[in-house]
Amino acid sequence: MPAITHEQAEALIQEVLEVYPDNAKKERAKHLAVNDPGISSAKKCITSNRKSLPGVMTIRGCAYAGSKGVVWGPVKDMVHVSHGPVGCGQYSRAGRRNYYTGMTGVNTFGTINFTSDFQERDIVFGGDKKLTKIIDEIEMLFPLSKGITLQSECPIGLIGDDIEAVSRKKTKETGKPVVPVRCEGFRGVSQSLGHHIANDSIRDWVLDRRDGDQRFQGTPYDVAIIGDYNIGGDAWSSRILLEEMGLRVVAQWSGDGSLSEMELTPKVKLNLIHCYRSMNYISRHMEEKYGIPWFEYNFFGPSKIAESLRAIAAHFDDKIKEGAEQVIAKYQSLADAVVTKYRPRLEGKRVMLFVGGLRPRHTIGAYEDLGMEVIGAGYEFAHNDDYDRTLKEMGEATLLFDDVTAYEFEEFSKRLRPDLIGSGIKEKYIFQKMGIPFRQMHSWDYSGPYHGYDGFAIFARDMDMTLNNPCWGKLEAPWKNAAGASATA
Amino acid sequence: MAIRQCAVYGKGGIGKSTTTQNLVAAMAEAEKKVMIVGCDPKADATRLILHSKAQETIMHLAAEQGSVEDLELEDVLRAGYRGVRCVESGGPEPGVGCAGRGVITAINFLEEEGAYEEDLDFVFYDVLGDVVCGGFAMPIRENKAQEIYIVVSGEMMAMYAANNIARGIVKYASSGSVRLAGLICNSRQTDREADLIEALAARLGTQMIHFVPRDNVVQRAEIRRMTVIEYDPTSKQADEYRALAQKMIDNKNFVVPTPLSMDELEELLMEFGILDDDESMVGKTAAEEASERMAAIG
Repeated sequence: MPAITHEQAEALIQEVLEVYPDNAKKERAKHLAVNDPGISSAKKCITSNRKSLPGVMTIRGCAYAGSKGVVWGPVKDMVHVSHGPVGCGQYSRAGRRNYYTGMTGVNTFGTINFTSDFQERDIVFGGDKKLTKIIDEIEMLFPLSKGITLQSECPIGLIGDDIEAVSRKKTKETGKPVVPVRCEGFRGVSQSLGHHIANDSIRDWVLDRRDGDQRFQGTPYDVAIIGDYNIGGDAWSSRILLEEMGLRVVAQWSGDGSLSEMELTPKVKLNLIHCYRSMNYISRHMEEKYGIPWFEYNFFGPSKIAESLRAIAAHFDDKIKEGAEQVIAKYQSLADAVVTKYRPRLEGKRVMLFVGGLRPRHTIGAYEDLGMEVIGAGYEFAHNDDYDRTLKEMGEATLLFDDVTAYEFEEFSKRLRPDLIGSGIKEKYIFQKMGIPFRQMHSWDYSGPYHGYDGFAIFARDMDMTLNNPCWGKLEAPWKNAAGASATA
Repeated sequence: MAIRQCAVYGKGGIGKSTTTQNLVAAMAEAEKKVMIVGCDPKADATRLILHSKAQETIMHLAAEQGSVEDLELEDVLRAGYRGVRCVESGGPEPGVGCAGRGVITAINFLEEEGAYEEDLDFVFYDVLGDVVCGGFAMPIRENKAQEIYIVVSGEMMAMYAANNIARGIVKYASSGSVRLAGLICNSRQTDREADLIEALAARLGTQMIHFVPRDNVVQRAEIRRMTVIEYDPTSKQADEYRALAQKMIDNKNFVVPTPLSMDELEELLMEFGILDDDESMVGKTAAEEASERMAAIG
């Protein structure tokens, strides 16, 4: 039984839209919808991947964020140069908690900010010479680096630097890939185009490097994890499940991933995609060029994990199918224990989510395993195909909000009073001040992993400690509470 | 008296730098204190005043030393003929970097360093032919040049360019005090050139401030890296530049221009016989025309 009816939800959207000027109202109306799980295509109810309106305080990032921050940044044994002025690299440094193993500064470089630190003279005279020098210095100082990517910041596109020419020259000289990525922040409407640009640069500069090389000993059980950024260790808690069921994980894209893993991926039998939005492009390319099928899975919460493990196993022989059943059986007691412990404390709680391009739909199952209900969900940079996938996961009369504005998000929250909101760092303190428990769902609020069975235990604990934190009962000042006031008197 | 700041625009190759340096030399001769700010990466706006190949530019010196903050005014300012102060913004080689940003950085530097001293009578900005981006419009933004002179000739493309520059001035005139101060006709000896430029000026709402005739002494002086004023002060051409300089000193005719539409401009050109109003010839090759003529005769 939904908390509100379809009509009430529609009325709420209309009411929230009311304050906008006509043009903004018309535009924003297309991005807000009431879910109907029966609708076949999201096109019929919601518009996405459009330019944000000025003044709405969008939560979105830029193409550079999509390439450097998401897709390329976690590739640990390459040096990612933020090419341009210092800020883009410095303020995106190590913030995403893509865990990796290795000796930082020796054979891995994930948390270091490499930047060409553009000055006026680099803008006026061009930065190609400086870039050449930087690459030489990287080679000298970090000889174990396996390659370099050039993450273009806005000015590179404006002044027309020929970073491709530098890349070709240096690739030849060093024998290591130097990859130019044209992810200037002004391109596209959000970080989503940056994902695409980054995928394309992997396709063009990396993926075919081992094409003629037969030295790699393949097995029928080789798979790659695509679109897991190992935030708080997510990919690790996923990988063990795949390995335990008998598969061999050849590559992790790109959390704790390496250049060599990317190069070998065209040799796997199946690509397993977790974040569809950011890496469907490269998966489709590998399907076309190498004939590798891909499959979207979901490792949030025991129900979805079991469903996914069985679906993955269905691509393989009986040995793997049995393996999947054994894995599910092995972890069932752990999952049950978690549910037994936390479900009574979380049952019936209502959640609103606004995250990037995947989690608003992927985490629904985990919340449902804990007896919770997602009553509103939206994405920063999703496309229609993401909403297609979301409609089915969400209940009747729940809210969908695309590229939500600060105002809309606050109004929906005030009116629906969810018990928990999951979104980003910019939203966190606003909602906490409104007295609504909040989890930062981009970086798992400095926690994690949340993927896999191990992750589910942490996820459940985190939701409980946030929701049931005693602080929420202390928000009202004692003197405003009649009973409290008389007690003090 | 306040400094009068003037910018000289015009189609590439029209003779902006030569005209500017000659008229500035004439002003200097008339005891005016003048500074030239070259705003072209080629840095050839001051060579006749300084007798040098190309002056060291603000941006090149800044690049050598790290940034403009490391520069002092005396590093970039040179005094030439009769104390005319010269500075070049400088910029990258063709095809790299951002020359427009160089102009912006250089002019900001000059302002911050106090290059615009109170004892100056005139500042001249000699700007790259085409205002291709915001950087090259920098000299006509608020608090900079308020008088724009456009160097033009009776050639069709020069007039197209002049009209386009007038459009740019309208944009900045609406948000500031920049005004069109006149057209300088640098003669190419085309037919009825003075009349044509007078007519164009009238349509733009301005004046042809002076008609500078063509004279080989300009080239002779230029080979010697000198202005005509310095090389051959008694020549007739030197007097022409003096006349131009005096008219500019006395000029009070500052307007928001009224640029012509493409059709209007073409009508004007037709009026003066530069464009033919026979539309049937558009897109016809010389060979086609010849065969048509043959057919007509035949």
